[in-house]
Amino acid sequence: MGDRGVAGWGTRGGARAGDDGGMGEGVAVRVAGLRKSYGELTAVDGIDLEIGTGEVFALLGPNGAGKTTTVEILEGFRHRDAGTVAVLGADPARAGRAWRARIGIVLQLASAGPELTVQEMVRHFATFYPRPRSPGEVLEVTGLTSKARSRIGTLSGGQLRRLDVALGIVGQPELLFLDEPTTGFDPEARRQFWQLIRRLREHGTTILLTTHYLDEAEALADRIAVIAAGRIVAAGDPASLGGRLSAAARVSWHGPDGPATEETCAPTTLVAELAGRFGGEVPGLTVTRPTLEDIYLELIGAGI
Amino acid sequence: MTDTLPSAVRLGFERGGVEVTAFMREKMAVAFIFGLPALLLVLLGSIFGGQVAGHSVTVGQLFTAGMIAGGIMATSFQYLGISIATEREGGMLKRLSGTPLPRSSYFLGKLIQTLVCTVAETVLLIVVGIAFYHLHLPTSPGRWWTFSWIFLLGSAACGLLGIAMSSLPRSAASAAPVITLPFTVLQFMSGVYVPFTSVPGWMRDVASFFPLKWMSQGLRSVFLPGQAVGLEPAGSWEHGRTALVLAAWIVGGLVLCVTTFRWQPKSRN
Repeated sequence: MGDRGVAGWGTRGGARAGDDGGMGEGVAVRVAGLRKSYGELTAVDGIDLEIGTGEVFALLGPNGAGKTTTVEILEGFRHRDAGTVAVLGADPARAGRAWRARIGIVLQLASAGPELTVQEMVRHFATFYPRPRSPGEVLEVTGLTSKARSRIGTLSGGQLRRLDVALGIVGQPELLFLDEPTTGFDPEARRQFWQLIRRLREHGTTILLTTHYLDEAEALADRIAVIAAGRIVAAGDPASLGGRLSAAARVSWHGPDGPATEETCAPTTLVAELAGRFGGEVPGLTVTRPTLEDIYLELIGAGI
Repeated sequence: MTDTLPSAVRLGFERGGVEVTAFMREKMAVAFIFGLPALLLVLLGSIFGGQVAGHSVTVGQLFTAGMIAGGIMATSFQYLGISIATEREGGMLKRLSGTPLPRSSYFLGKLIQTLVCTVAETVLLIVVGIAFYHLHLPTSPGRWWTFSWIFLLGSAACGLLGIAMSSLPRSAASAAPVITLPFTVLQFMSGVYVPFTSVPGWMRDVASFFPLKWMSQGLRSVFLPGQAVGLEPAGSWEHGRTALVLAAWIVGGLVLCVTTFRWQPKSRN
């Protein structure tokens, strides 16, 4: 995806400020008391969330927790049983074409019109929108310029995923939905994808991301909500999620009797005390906070 | 918002252009949907050549008229059904429904693609019939009128039936067999592959419930000499009944489409 400039990209940042469809200042998504059941199974059991304009918001949770159902209700693909939902100021269950023109949805398809070329497909999708991005620029930022004239049927899995993203952003959406976008990416492709998300964010795009990957949420999201069994069990910025900032830290060092470890809520005090005890450097000193993964596993009830 | 959304008609033509391009590039579609009726016509016409006993009608003429009906159904019913089922199960329909593309534009695109391919298919089969099987283009305005309404009502009925049938396959891979099998059976029963008089009575009765039998019969009335009406089991061309059956299928097909059409794949849970 490279680091080429994106001059002329997304010129709508100014126009977007205050353009929140009559909702509270700078709120892109507002959900209250959302519920959805499939027969006996309750998939979403009373969810409240709010996503600010320009924010990258990650929804984390195990399979079957209700992530996809929630996102599909916000995208207007599914109907809810109860609750209120406002996406860019409109109810997705009733919103029309003008609303669809303001959102972008990245769906993963096994194939999409294999007989067309990448360029033809991106140009085709651009015609649906009132203010599309230039297809050439979209191909460039998604790293598909060299594949522009290739038939879609000949693309590799990673290239297909990038085409999915290209088709999701060509309409220059204010709000972009990304459902597990990097599943199946190699590490290099993931890093490039992260760069693209950051670039979209710089241009003021609000992004709702669902992911299995905690490092991805930590690297990209301004805020994270953890969903388990149809409920939000924690929400916050990645550093403080689930009390991560105030949780006990683990201090380890090599003492005279071998390795020693202590869990403490005041690690600085302990380290100062150890420094005094050793008269300077503490051998083998490490201080670790719980990782996002530790917090996450605890939140979803899988931790010990 | 001050943005003007592109018009539904313009996007319908945009869709149509993309659909026709995709069809022409799809080797399977061109070979099995577009080419197969012409190939079968050449094979059947060559194997069962000659005059029909006691009539001034050639077997080739009979086959050509029936095969044109089969060709119309191949591009309208078979291809349309397979392509929509593939798009639905592959997620393309869901993706399109997540964009500001109006649903009417999607269907206008399908209509354009189906019309272009069905006209091309019909022309191809008529050319093969004229070149090899003594088929004559109708000379009277009355016969052209019959041809026009049978073509339009027939392709509309088959197209709507194809859209309705597209909801049956449960995966993209099963789309072609699930739609092609009943189509093939119907072609045998409707007298496309065999002269309708050779089809057993009960099969003729079953075929009478479906559009293809009436389309074949109507096209025989267009392309065969007048005395060929003596070869019809009904003893007449039954134009009135043909129009009624096709119109009924258009209404029924429309109801089926409206009630069964889905933009999302079948849930696999």
